Amino acid sequence: MSAVMLGMPGAPPTSPRGTGHLRGDESFPAAARHSLADTQLRSNLGHATRTIRGKRAAVVAELPDWEELREAGRQLKVHTMAHLPDYLVQLEEAVTARGGVVHWARDAAEANRIVVDLVRATGSDEVVKVKSMATQEIALNEALEDAGIAAFETDLAELIVQLGNDRPSHILVPAIHRNRAEIREIFLREMGDVDPGLSDDPAALANAARLHLRRKFLSARVAVSGANFAVAETGTLAVVESEGNGRMCLTLPETLITVMGVEKLVPRYADLEVFLQLLPRSSTGERMNPYTSMWTGVTPGDGPQEFHLVLLDNGRSAVLSDAEGRDALNCIRCSACLNVCPVYERAGGHAYGSVYPGPIGAILSPQLTGVEDNASLPYASSLCGACYDVCPVKINIPDILVHLRVEHTEAQAAASRVPTAEAAAMQAASLVMRSPRRWRLALRGGRLGRLLGRRRGVIGEVPLPVLKQWTDARDLSRPPTSTFRDWWAREHGDSGPTDGGGR
Amino acid sequence: MRIALFVTCLADGLYPDVGRATVRVLERLGHTVEFPEAQSCCGQMHVNTGYQKQAVPLVERFADVFAGYDAVVAPSGSCVGSVRHQHAMLARRFGSRDLQQQVDVVAAKTYELSELLVDVLGVTDVGAYFPHTVTYHPTCHSLRLLRVGDKPTRLLRAVEGLELVELPDADQCCGFGGTFALKNADTSTAMLADKMRHVLDTGAEVCSAGDSSCLMHIGGGLSRIRAGARTLHLAQILASTREDAA
Repeated sequence: MSAVMLGMPGAPPTSPRGTGHLRGDESFPAAARHSLADTQLRSNLGHATRTIRGKRAAVVAELPDWEELREAGRQLKVHTMAHLPDYLVQLEEAVTARGGVVHWARDAAEANRIVVDLVRATGSDEVVKVKSMATQEIALNEALEDAGIAAFETDLAELIVQLGNDRPSHILVPAIHRNRAEIREIFLREMGDVDPGLSDDPAALANAARLHLRRKFLSARVAVSGANFAVAETGTLAVVESEGNGRMCLTLPETLITVMGVEKLVPRYADLEVFLQLLPRSSTGERMNPYTSMWTGVTPGDGPQEFHLVLLDNGRSAVLSDAEGRDALNCIRCSACLNVCPVYERAGGHAYGSVYPGPIGAILSPQLTGVEDNASLPYASSLCGACYDVCPVKINIPDILVHLRVEHTEAQAAASRVPTAEAAAMQAASLVMRSPRRWRLALRGGRLGRLLGRRRGVIGEVPLPVLKQWTDARDLSRPPTSTFRDWWAREHGDSGPTDGGGR
Repeated sequence: MRIALFVTCLADGLYPDVGRATVRVLERLGHTVEFPEAQSCCGQMHVNTGYQKQAVPLVERFADVFAGYDAVVAPSGSCVGSVRHQHAMLARRFGSRDLQQQVDVVAAKTYELSELLVDVLGVTDVGAYFPHTVTYHPTCHSLRLLRVGDKPTRLLRAVEGLELVELPDADQCCGFGGTFALKNADTSTAMLADKMRHVLDTGAEVCSAGDSSCLMHIGGGLSRIRAGARTLHLAQILASTREDAA
């Protein structure tokens, strides 16, 4: 990968790698083993993803121009990424001209330091938060807590996660792994001001959160948000949400601090038209988003009088410099790919380690951190392609997964002169398969496998590496007595031409 | 029309009946099938596991072996998907200009079995007889890379005696995914469990598909739990006749 800086203007020639909540403690297969065994989690996730999948499919089918919208979204994103430095400078100028202050953060630590200093300067020791992937990514809540500042999540699902001392497991629905009985228990245990007779009726749970949060909204002097979009031409920021909590945070406090990844830009205000159609149908399965808040700098006497925009790199410039992988930055965080992914549905979001789970996480996290730090994620997919089909900006996730697998195997090859067992096997297979003579011999040799499985006619459990991974749960067909080509030679004799043969 | 069979490495070595059945169907329809013996593998395993360079000689071989035919048919949606999508990418990245042109020409005339039958040869009733209850798993790459749509089920519906029952959540992956089944064996098994549950829910005797690899996975699972349902490739059902049943 080239180290040329394409993203943030004025940054040093070596792109920073992403830090924060982007790495897990375990590999994907190891982490998935735990979640696969959690029957409650499996049931919650299966139910929730199936429901959202159905809603999305229904509302997408209503639009005759859905494919054109997707293509428009893709082209807008590709164009923006190709001119990102220019648009970022334009955004900075527009925000500054409207009374906002723009800050540039190389990585998670720098972004957290900027936000902590800004909050301290207000004299406040608490902030209310709008649901934000960027601040989850940089572990802002932990940094604020270390600085003696209390952060209150105000999105219902994010509140459940925070009160439960838990981690989000979905981009859109952070508490998707919890059911309402579990949520009731968390509220009763952690929400100091809750009615002890609280039921697990969704409306009652929402009302308990509403009462709990209302006091925070009315007293908070500082809010921290992320952003779904920023318009370079006008300096306008947009947050798209369903509950109205975001609207409260964005309008009531005196100071608003927005942390945004540098890739969230669109060039023109009119471009929002495309994304505000694509996003709600893809994410919540709604025709229109319930609360879309947009603001431009500060407006005297109306809303926050101090506005800070923190532009976060945290590995994004490195992603942008990779022509094969950069489309991952086009993601608008709708999470449609999570909801259709058979791997996500079973393994759950926590198995991905990073705050970005599912198919998009499997291509984004390894690129933000460098593939060596998330080496198992590119393989956490059967390449079934369901994610690519639903992506509203047509990110070819399977192709990028395969690209990252190549990056990983090439990094392994560069790191050691001794090839891994897999690399040796692949090289051997390539040598055999490129020679008709060696391939014929190998196929015949495969019949030795008939020694196994004589009793049942299929091969059962075999305690050998690789084979064991298969035969733990599946039988293996016993090799046939004759290969296809042997049969062909017997039946069709020399009638079959052997173009290109004899090498 | 000169039709060449690309039997695929998996069918050649492990499932020769699938290759034989493909030949049988086409010959019964009056076509001559040729089998260029210099063929081996499309290279998908190498590409998808992260060894693209090792796949390049296989792509060259494929393009070379199949250049002289009017049509190439493979009993695999996945391998045809690789030929159509990955060969061009590899040729562009590692190959000569000649190879780039060659793979484009060969890819454009390479068909999965149901595509060849329905689109190229214009047949849906291949004269088969198969008096069993069958459910069809459409396989991810046939469905989403090739977009074969309902071609396989149209062929099955025309089979005399066959009762086709719909597979719930048919578009969901069975969990094979090549080396995914080995590297993420637990997740793969969880996906397989749901696929098997759906297959068994249909009450069908046979689960069919257009890919030996997916069938190896689903069939291996069904066999392990002695489920009493079996897997058969689409080609094998289409090759069946009254004489076989008698």
